[in-house]
Amino acid sequence: MLVALVGLNLVAGFSMFALPERNRGAARFLALAAASVSLVLSVLVFALYDRSVGGFQFENQFTWLPSLGISFHVGVDGISAPMVLLTGVVIFTGVLVSWNIDRRTREYFALLFILVSGVFGVFAAMDLFFLFFFYEVAVLPMYLLIAIWGSTRRGYAAMKLVMYLLAGSILIWVGLLALYHAMGASSFDFVDMQQAGFDPVLARVVFPIFFVGFGVLAGLWPFHTWSPDGHVAAPTAVSMLHAGVLMKLGAYGIIRMGVQLLPSGAQDWLWFFLIIAVINVLYGAFSAMAQRDLKFVIGYSSVSHMGYVLMGIGSLTVIGLDGAVLQMFSHGIMTALLFAMVGVIYDRAHTREISEFGGLARVMPRFSILFIIAGLTSLGLPGLSGFAAEFLVFVGTFQTSPWLGVLGVVGVAVTAVYILRLIARVFFGPLNERWRDISDASRLETIAGVCLVGFLVLFGIYPPLMVGQIDSAVTPLIASLSP
Amino acid sequence: MDDLYYILPEIVLVVTAVGILAADFVLPEDSKPNLAWPAALGTVVALGLVISFWGTERSLYNGTLRIDDYAVFFKVMFLVIGFFVLIGSPAFARRNLRHTAEFYGLILFAVVGAMAVSSARELLTAYISLELVSFGFYALSAHAKDERRSNEAGAKYIILGAFSSALLLYGISLVFGAAGTTFYVDISAQAETAAGLGPGLLMGIALLVAGLGFKVAAVPFHMWTPDVYEGAPLPVTAFLSVGSKAAGFAFLIRLFVEGLQPVMADWRDALGILAILTMTLGNLVAMQQRNIKRLLAYSSIAQAGYVLVGVPVLTMGTAAGMMLHLAGYAVTNLGAFLVVIFYNNATGREKISEFRGMSRRSLPLALMLAICLFSLAGMPLFAGFVTKFYLFSAVAAHGLWWLVAFAIGNSIVSVYYYLVVVREMFVTPSDDDEEDRKPLRIPVHSAAALTALAGLVLWIGLYPDAIVRAAENGSRAIFGG
Repeated sequence: MLVALVGLNLVAGFSMFALPERNRGAARFLALAAASVSLVLSVLVFALYDRSVGGFQFENQFTWLPSLGISFHVGVDGISAPMVLLTGVVIFTGVLVSWNIDRRTREYFALLFILVSGVFGVFAAMDLFFLFFFYEVAVLPMYLLIAIWGSTRRGYAAMKLVMYLLAGSILIWVGLLALYHAMGASSFDFVDMQQAGFDPVLARVVFPIFFVGFGVLAGLWPFHTWSPDGHVAAPTAVSMLHAGVLMKLGAYGIIRMGVQLLPSGAQDWLWFFLIIAVINVLYGAFSAMAQRDLKFVIGYSSVSHMGYVLMGIGSLTVIGLDGAVLQMFSHGIMTALLFAMVGVIYDRAHTREISEFGGLARVMPRFSILFIIAGLTSLGLPGLSGFAAEFLVFVGTFQTSPWLGVLGVVGVAVTAVYILRLIARVFFGPLNERWRDISDASRLETIAGVCLVGFLVLFGIYPPLMVGQIDSAVTPLIASLSP
Repeated sequence: MDDLYYILPEIVLVVTAVGILAADFVLPEDSKPNLAWPAALGTVVALGLVISFWGTERSLYNGTLRIDDYAVFFKVMFLVIGFFVLIGSPAFARRNLRHTAEFYGLILFAVVGAMAVSSARELLTAYISLELVSFGFYALSAHAKDERRSNEAGAKYIILGAFSSALLLYGISLVFGAAGTTFYVDISAQAETAAGLGPGLLMGIALLVAGLGFKVAAVPFHMWTPDVYEGAPLPVTAFLSVGSKAAGFAFLIRLFVEGLQPVMADWRDALGILAILTMTLGNLVAMQQRNIKRLLAYSSIAQAGYVLVGVPVLTMGTAAGMMLHLAGYAVTNLGAFLVVIFYNNATGREKISEFRGMSRRSLPLALMLAICLFSLAGMPLFAGFVTKFYLFSAVAAHGLWWLVAFAIGNSIVSVYYYLVVVREMFVTPSDDDEEDRKPLRIPVHSAAALTALAGLVLWIGLYPDAIVRAAENGSRAIFGG
């Protein structure tokens, strides 16, 4: 099933090039078909994962390069199954909101699906060579997607993004080779490497390498500056995928290759990275407050929210990590929704300046409701999934370090300020006459939005649906830590 | 007579080349460019023979030559290179060259020389074979006789080339003076017993490194590369960038492994620094280029630097990694050059900014170039990622982390200038010129050649098991394991 997910998207991506150039409908149809199948498969992966058994499921293994101990080995555990679901949802809705792209349509969808196959590949890979392989596959199409179909300063933003992310991958590559040779160059398989049990000194050296290397993609302060620029410049669906899913690859990499492979290294560095995570939360939140462009607000709020994920990881408690993974999912859906909605308004108004709007709730009710729900998730309103996630993160952090926990909660307050202020200025107050005749979100855009909101509400009202699954992977991990 | 059978592939090529030169006298002028087809046929026949030698281990002619998996690996590589260069030439030759029969003949002779280099186990044999390659290239670089840049390239190349050959010869004579023999095996035995063999051998090795450094375009012996690459006719540049480099490495790896292994440890750091200088300079200067040929010239210097990373610690793993990376580089760079040749044939352009909007005129051509550039940059799905990963991982096994970190860092830096070309092709809109909108037509055989090369790049990138095993067998053959 996982092989199908990765392969389907890769094949869909490359076969786009075979379609006739003029026929946009064919490209769209193929994209929608591939995205729908991906959605169904990823829901199945999530739903059929047996949490009472735990461990890796849906495994498949094919020999690839036996002389180096590399095999194409896929499988998901309680941490990656929610991420697979997230990717499926975001790509499906991403295709819906990209329906109107009429410039070089097939190339757009081709790159989009190559990117998505890379993302699925990272979440499904159990062989760390392939994890790194797919990680790079996911980065490269980004350049063209932003540079061709982007907006504000797209050339600069695209190059900056690629260079930052590839610089991070240097660290990952070096760290991976260090571990591989430390265990006698026998295997890149995650399970083998986890059982190898690395020397604590080596772990102390390599853990920060992984943390920073993947951290760049997760928007880790002070290496986050590519992310608001990139998000703002990218076309809507790419922003959705990027903030929604790609930043999660970074956090996922930290958990998978950092914490799971090098638990002792994680324990050594915990205090340091917890502090960075709190800086992330606060710095992102305050920067978001100062922005005038809607997309920049969301871009910086992503940096801030990824800080909660890092906090949860840094707490190294079951609850904290549960919260971190749930936050990865919740923030992914929520940001995708926010970027989708910003795309909706930008398509119509051709501006994203907050001060130019006002009273939109009256002329665009559907759009406003969706946007406001996403905003409320962002500030952690109970009943939506963001609340459950952040609550768990804070409980975990308080167990480890109460003071940093308090600082983290301050971040929530700041978030509430900028989100509420934004909602007030854009949707309420007097209507700016320029927007009297503006049209509401189209049917496709509404379907995409409702689909995303559904997940926010589902896991907000009943978080155990996901937390139980995450637990099955996190509990043994924390239990393996030395006291 | 048995020995003769094992050099049959070379004989086939020589006969083909002589036949083509003879045909020059009888054929009418305008059908001469088509002589590329019989020449390519010759390489195919030779390729079939060479592949049949896979797994054989046999010394020929009193041990001056040897057929083993190492030799076969490189011979296959040179024949594939020769085949694609010949396939890519006719349209270009028709437009830009006179005396095309000689042109094809020289290409075949250079291939023969390169094949002999990979077999040679004796310094003078290796030297003469390498000179056969070089002389072919001196003449080929200057082959566009009506063009000043081509003449300049030929003149520069022969002067600097002769100089480097002198260095090489001088090195050989010093090694001979110290060891009393030119056979690799005997040099190795001498070096082991006499622990270093004194300053003569030391100087000799330094000069050998300099001479071979010139052939593979390693810094600081790289100065000729950009000018010659820019001036030489495009198919020659393509051939030069992969063939000459691979021949230099075929010489270097076998010499160092079979002949100089006992004294290599002393050279470890110096060679490591040479590698770092080579890739760093290549990459930094490549960023500033405006001409696609010069860009690829500097990128090829950087690629030589990556291969050199394996030299400081020559083991079975690193040698296999170097062979693998060379093979991956060869098909990738050929692919890139073939696209540049076709684009140049159709439009007469070679500046990077003139690739603007190419994806609108021919998406397959632009995609092919993008694939090759990404592969050169070491991005996954394509050959470069796997070959670099294998090579750097093998070097890391010996604890040379500083070298590996530099190499990986460099390959990320290189993404920048490859992306600049991709940006011109896909992103920057073309000027609103009628000329710039016309779709490009690719001849069927060119399309087939490009498809084949793209297939090879993807094959190495996606399922490299077979070629990795071939490289490992080749490496095992020279380590005598």
